[in-house]
Amino acid sequence: MKRQTILLFTSALLIVGVLASNFTIGNAAYTTISNATFDAKVNEGNFNKMMDVLTHKRCVNCHPSDNIPKQGEDSHPHYFGMARGEDNHGYKATSCNTCHQSENNNYSGVPGAPEWSLAPASMMWEGLTRIEIAQSMMDPERNGARTPDETMHHLTEHELVLWAWEPGLNAEGVPREKPPVPKDEYIKAVKQWFADGAIIPESK
Amino acid sequence: MKISFTINGTQRSVDIADENTPLLWVIRDMLDLKGTKFGCGKAACGACTIHVDGQAIRSCSYAVKFAQGKQITTIEGLGSEDDPHPVQQAWIEEIVPQCGYCQPGFMMATAALLEQVPDPTDEDIDKNIVNVCRCATYYRMRKAIHRAAELKGRSSNTINS
Repeated sequence: MKRQTILLFTSALLIVGVLASNFTIGNAAYTTISNATFDAKVNEGNFNKMMDVLTHKRCVNCHPSDNIPKQGEDSHPHYFGMARGEDNHGYKATSCNTCHQSENNNYSGVPGAPEWSLAPASMMWEGLTRIEIAQSMMDPERNGARTPDETMHHLTEHELVLWAWEPGLNAEGVPREKPPVPKDEYIKAVKQWFADGAIIPESK
Repeated sequence: MKISFTINGTQRSVDIADENTPLLWVIRDMLDLKGTKFGCGKAACGACTIHVDGQAIRSCSYAVKFAQGKQITTIEGLGSEDDPHPVQQAWIEEIVPQCGYCQPGFMMATAALLEQVPDPTDEDIDKNIVNVCRCATYYRMRKAIHRAAELKGRSSNTINS
């Protein structure tokens, strides 16, 4: 019986080795993946859906690599010289909330959501590849010391993240572009990607 | 919908159908306080700057529903002719305005800055005072901001001594 168990376990490891041979683990401490059911193509599909959203301007505009928020569909530097400031929230007397409130203002075209702010400097995504963004997102040194579970909840529940699908109208009254993946589909893909071990496909 | 707030020290309530109406419109058209100006209507020029609970905000981009229970100050409540706010006094001394349209917004933004940064450097001014003046009175405004800081510091010292 014991020998059979060892044989089965060894076989399972070999199978997973083949299936997962083209992948790196996003976070070694978080591998709840049921290895026997791991499907590389499904994982890559979920990863790409998630990244189609996270690399969209609605997200990256506020994850700058130069401390300057970006605006609009062309991601131009924020007007009026606005920048990160001391607390990711602009300057002392002219902060994000001088203009941005907790919801969109379709009269002025100024977007808004709860906790409107730049992502912390450690979360610079602008200019990174999908894989580099995922590595940053899973690195507690850079992701605000979030556990993978906390990261998953942040990505699927935080109002500022989900604002991307309700971005309101711009100053010309034109609806802002939404991410290319529907919200429900994105949430499902993110949850599955984490449930499968948050495995980052290797660069091709 | 009824929304109540304190504006320039007076308790006011407004009945309004659309709770998302910009506070600027309420201030100008319902409360008849015309000192706050409509400039661009998209939070870009700063002519509509007022204080809500002491913070500078662009009232063209601030839904009136958010004003519920708040303390609002407009240029009419910043000071008076007899007792001008140090910012207003400095503006008079430096003869800052040209056409004057944008000046209330600048003064409100400056008053908010001095609460946060009592003695601002030129860099503090550049970062925090980002309103637009089509007459380009920026040079005189910069001098007035420094002067206002001086006047405000002096009055604080008098109060404290």
